[in-house]
Amino acid sequence: MTYDITIEGKAYQLELSRSGDRWLCRLNGRAVEIDAVLARRDVLSVIIDGKVHEVKCERTATDIHLWVGSVRYAAQVRDPRSLRSRSGADDGHGPRKLIAPMPGKIVRVLVIENSEVAAGQGLLVVEAMKMQNEIKSPKKGIVRKIMAAAGGSVSAGDVLAIVE
Amino acid sequence: MVDGWLPSHPVRMAKWAAALVSMFRKILIANRGEIAVRVIRACRELGIQSVAVYSDVDRASLHVRKADEAYPIGPSAAAESYLNIDKILDAARRSGADAIHPGYGFLSENSRFAHACATAGIKFIGPTAAAMELMGSKTRARQHMEQANIPFVPGTAHGLNSPEEAARVAEKIGYPVMLKAAAGGGGKGMRMVHGRDQLACALESAQSEAERAFGDGEVYLEKAIMNPRHIEMQILADEHGTTVYLGERECSIQRRHQKVLEESPSPFVDQDMRCRMGEVAVRVAQAAGYTNAGTIEFLVDQHKNFYFLEMNTRLQVEHPVTELTTGLDLVHLQIRIAAGEKLPFTQDEVCLRGHAIECRIYAEDPDNNFFPSPGKITLLLAPSGPGIRRDSGMYEGWTVPIEYDPLLAKLIGYGSDRKQAAARLVRALNEYFVGGIKTNISLFRRILNDEEFQQGRLDTGFLDRLLSRTRDQPRDDGAAEIAAIAAGLFSVLDPTTVVQTNGSFGALPGTAAAASNWKKTGRSEALH
Repeated sequence: MTYDITIEGKAYQLELSRSGDRWLCRLNGRAVEIDAVLARRDVLSVIIDGKVHEVKCERTATDIHLWVGSVRYAAQVRDPRSLRSRSGADDGHGPRKLIAPMPGKIVRVLVIENSEVAAGQGLLVVEAMKMQNEIKSPKKGIVRKIMAAAGGSVSAGDVLAIVE
Repeated sequence: MVDGWLPSHPVRMAKWAAALVSMFRKILIANRGEIAVRVIRACRELGIQSVAVYSDVDRASLHVRKADEAYPIGPSAAAESYLNIDKILDAARRSGADAIHPGYGFLSENSRFAHACATAGIKFIGPTAAAMELMGSKTRARQHMEQANIPFVPGTAHGLNSPEEAARVAEKIGYPVMLKAAAGGGGKGMRMVHGRDQLACALESAQSEAERAFGDGEVYLEKAIMNPRHIEMQILADEHGTTVYLGERECSIQRRHQKVLEESPSPFVDQDMRCRMGEVAVRVAQAAGYTNAGTIEFLVDQHKNFYFLEMNTRLQVEHPVTELTTGLDLVHLQIRIAAGEKLPFTQDEVCLRGHAIECRIYAEDPDNNFFPSPGKITLLLAPSGPGIRRDSGMYEGWTVPIEYDPLLAKLIGYGSDRKQAAARLVRALNEYFVGGIKTNISLFRRILNDEEFQQGRLDTGFLDRLLSRTRDQPRDDGAAEIAAIAAGLFSVLDPTTVVQTNGSFGALPGTAAAASNWKKTGRSEALH
């Protein structure tokens, strides 16, 4: 199996294949001997060259993060053979979704649909845990759609608005 | 205070237990989260039934799961549930509870609640409503305490009536001065003023901010202590006139006037200073007619002068560091004092041993301006081992609600000295993993590894200085490669294999190799 993997913006190609009762691994064409045990769901114990690493997989509404020890790495995994488009790829053009980073209540909507906004401009105010937080525009553009209304509740990962 | 454990402590405890007359049968805990769990545990240890209360969003919370009984008290908004005196007293009556423990926050320092409990014939585990009221107003407390000869930061003991009066006082004590709200807390209505030209403007804005935050615009003035330390003294007072102090807690590490990490003893306080602070703390409590557990907060300047700041009339979040260094259980003692028992030890028998440090684990994102981060906990790996105590209100699969304070748990490290306590804590923080939400665990690794911290050079500006320093995040290509390999392995792996085979890649489920490996392992293990 071959995967295109991006870790913190850097691309890796990973080949994993079964050989009898072992896994063979090639990272960017280089063979790496690995011994890995899934200790429990989302917790992997990996031994490479005698060194032990514990890797945790964290799946949130919006991202996959891998923790190697205490350091977090943002990861994207793509299987080139799959027919899924690379919709995750983001070139800065086209419409961008504004995602709620946390559950909360919409306190205020600061802009109206079809208004022009600057990158970093506050679009909505979400309140959670006794704190109000401004959700900012990911890019300069036009607010095409607002999916949230003041007083409503949102879950993490909900689309709040689309900026084009 | 002397070094070593309470020598006659076990003996006295035994005597005390024998003298039990009317211990409570059932206690209602008017709180949620880790502190409710903490009190429930104490109840169980004392053979007392525990009653939880919960809002709509807290049905699945840990404190409800751990209690003997639980009663709903309404909608998730705190004002309609945990802050609603009638609903809590109603639950107490329905359950037949004979006492209420308020925890910290919510109604714990509400004298109307303490009064309502007394009227309902239910014992409030804490001070009397009168003592609470007296210490609740900073200016009233100051007036009262000045009569008892308690050291204060030079300034006014009453609200300022005019900018002219403020200027007169400021001139007398010298700039810089601090304006503070009488009803204040959390830094609201506070202004530092460096010279006369700023005074009138600062006074007006402090008064209007205090008015908006507390409904009370009373503002007073004090000399500003530059780079102060914030050190507090734990006291216990029984209802028979005995008050003791249990050593200090260093609480200088704060962000936006909220404590983040606390320790005991303070690296700044020596035995002589401890005695003097402790004696002042006892005098404060006695002058207020105080009973049960309480904390006297002091502002300490660079020359070890200490000034009374305020009294917290409740159990503190950071009480575990005192429990570890004194060997006492403060919640047990609170309950026993409220039941009318005498303190089972004298001041001379209280002694400190070792060092304890507490980290407050919050659901907030230290990499993103400390944004709150409620949500579902998808993975929870908890530390344990020597010298580690964890008081937690969370569990894997639980959703942290958006409605309440972001405190999830407290991780406390104990060691024979400060260095060992810190090392154990760092080790435990590396074992601690909370997935699905963001927590401030990484912040504590930064604090504990910081040179200023390790040298004990702490003041209330410490954390802002630390956070303003840019971090050189070492890019570790090796670790990134491991992350890449793991990303592929997580994708190829079926999580259900965990349960069946413990997930070994060398032994996938259902294969002949798997079966034979199991047998091989079994055989080789049997040989040992």
